[in-house]
Amino acid sequence: MSSTLSENETAVAAEGSVPWFAAPPVHDVALELPEWYRDHQAASWQSFLKLQDPGRSDENWRFSDLRKVRFSELIAARPADNVEALVQRAKAERVKDFAAHFVFANNRLIYSEVADLPEGAICLPINQALADHGDIVREHFMKEDASLGGEKFLALHGAATLSGLFVHAPKGCDIEKPIVVHNFSGGDFQAIFPHTLAIAEDNASVSIMDFFESIAEGEQSVIIGGADLIATNGGRVQYVSMQDESDSGPKHVQINSSRAGRDANIVSAFVNLGGSWVRNESINHMQETGADIQIFSANLVSGKQEYDQRTLQSHEAQHTTSDLLFKNALYDEARTIFAGLIQVQPGSHHTDSYQTCRNLLGSEKAEANSMPGLEIDADQVKCSHGSTSGQISDEEIFYLQARGIPAEAARQMISLGFMNESISKLTGAEIKENLFERVERKFASLRNR
Amino acid sequence: MSQSLNIKNLHASVEGTEILKGLSLEIPKGEVHAIMGPNGSGKSTLSKVMAGHEDYEVTEGSVHMDGVDLLDMDIDERSRAGFFLAFQYPHEIPGVSNANFLRAALQARLPKGEEIDAVAFYKDMYSKMDALSMDRKFTARSVNDGFSGGEKKRNEILQMMMLEPHYAVLDETDSGLDIDALKIVAEGVNRMRSPERGFLVITHYQRLLDYIVPDVVHVMFDGRIVKTGDKSLALELEAKGYDWVTEELAATA
Repeated sequence: MSSTLSENETAVAAEGSVPWFAAPPVHDVALELPEWYRDHQAASWQSFLKLQDPGRSDENWRFSDLRKVRFSELIAARPADNVEALVQRAKAERVKDFAAHFVFANNRLIYSEVADLPEGAICLPINQALADHGDIVREHFMKEDASLGGEKFLALHGAATLSGLFVHAPKGCDIEKPIVVHNFSGGDFQAIFPHTLAIAEDNASVSIMDFFESIAEGEQSVIIGGADLIATNGGRVQYVSMQDESDSGPKHVQINSSRAGRDANIVSAFVNLGGSWVRNESINHMQETGADIQIFSANLVSGKQEYDQRTLQSHEAQHTTSDLLFKNALYDEARTIFAGLIQVQPGSHHTDSYQTCRNLLGSEKAEANSMPGLEIDADQVKCSHGSTSGQISDEEIFYLQARGIPAEAARQMISLGFMNESISKLTGAEIKENLFERVERKFASLRNR
Repeated sequence: MSQSLNIKNLHASVEGTEILKGLSLEIPKGEVHAIMGPNGSGKSTLSKVMAGHEDYEVTEGSVHMDGVDLLDMDIDERSRAGFFLAFQYPHEIPGVSNANFLRAALQARLPKGEEIDAVAFYKDMYSKMDALSMDRKFTARSVNDGFSGGEKKRNEILQMMMLEPHYAVLDETDSGLDIDALKIVAEGVNRMRSPERGFLVITHYQRLLDYIVPDVVHVMFDGRIVKTGDKSLALELEAKGYDWVTEELAATA
């Protein structure tokens, strides 16, 4: 099945510049949405209005450049006009072997293709899922109470989101191939609100690759995205956010929440290559015995880009495990911030939890800030956290050179290897290759400028 | 043009301290020479200097490989010209797979625009790994990352077998090896012995030379070669200890 949707079938945002502080930015009033969802939107809008802007004194925004955050300048995204070209781009970039492919541009679905979905699996744009499967959506949609500072962004997201994907793998349903989603954004100050809701029920599995890209270079689009990842008894979810927007212009806030039940496994990854300012929040709950969540990130940051990442690993039951590995390669005057907290809740004995952030500094003006944290309230716990910053060692380059590889190529191999260390922990050879090629491409662009 | 690795009156220092003090040595193609010597005699410095490590400054002397000035070349050029150093402490390169590393090293030897034949490459690599009793999983693992001491040394020999150098220097390849690993490594080296290739085996212990039988044995002390003989010299050293050499030196001084 393959279709390119025409304009009037798409979820359409209000045209023109919406006065954001005068009315809630509810899209597409014509679409039949469940009442609970309308209520959720309205309540989110009210919280958005009430919540304070992020402030310097807030520990969750320490080291962040708050000048980057200006809600007042946002306007609703207008429909993209070069839809066919975007679809072609998305098709050229996706993995070859996929279960389904959805392309959104400025909040609107512009293409969908279902290639290979097993019986019983649901994979739909979220607005359609609200209409067809409202009850399942309601059970899991935006249930996160914890926050790492992005409440106001999340409230706005809740008031405005109507694009993105709903994936549901019922008990025992193994969606083997990845589901690919493209989210294009463009236009100065135009905001998109993509949401992913993925549920793997008992012993089911889902893998999603979410691409975030710019329609054109240098436009100051704003992306306020969210993902809810849920896996119950023995279920497995892998979610990769591949953010390769324009290096200058876009501002991207991505807030992901993961909940793993008994013996369930969730892998949540952020690969960031583009964007002028990026804020990732990753909240992870290991809720029942045997729950395991892995959080990986590979970030290649250059120029004046700033990436700000905050994570929580919350162990809420005995025998739960989690592993976090974040890698930043920094060039020029780029900045990164990593703040991670491991919380072992009372009674969550026999927890294994790891957190590592490594920074590879490719320039003296680059700045990497790391703030690892641990709070343990249980016994028989194995936890470690650490962060390192450094340059490529001369000895490593010497070793590669001694095998005939020229110094510059050696330097690049080591940097790529550094990034690959977290990418290689994902599942799926084609996914890893796809991500690796992207990273390689950005390295090449840094080299050739 | 002489077919040898020819070191003449080599002086080298690190941070202003002279370590090599006029070392001369010639390894003709087809021969295996061993250098033995106590700790601190400068054995590893010699290997690093020949490979081109930037911490070492050559203040006098020369090294020629088949008549070509080795010291005049960049580190990577020396390797491509046929010089190989098996490291005493091989480096770990996280995230770079062993296979990609070897491929890049071989690719660097090809003219621009020419690509390695991947099928032939893997076939060659697998057969050489089999000879070294290396599990195939090592191709996908990061270079030396989490390898045991023995696995690292075997990996060095694998690299040597893949790159097929004209001259190879083995810097204490035996250190940290148990007897089984030592035999495998020695077997790998022996298979590489040929009239077209010269070896310099640097070792602290005679044990390795039971398995890689040298044509010539040199004793190094205080930055110079102080004694040269056949393989029986290694046995003599093992029996009498390095003090024997130093005492003999003191007597003639």
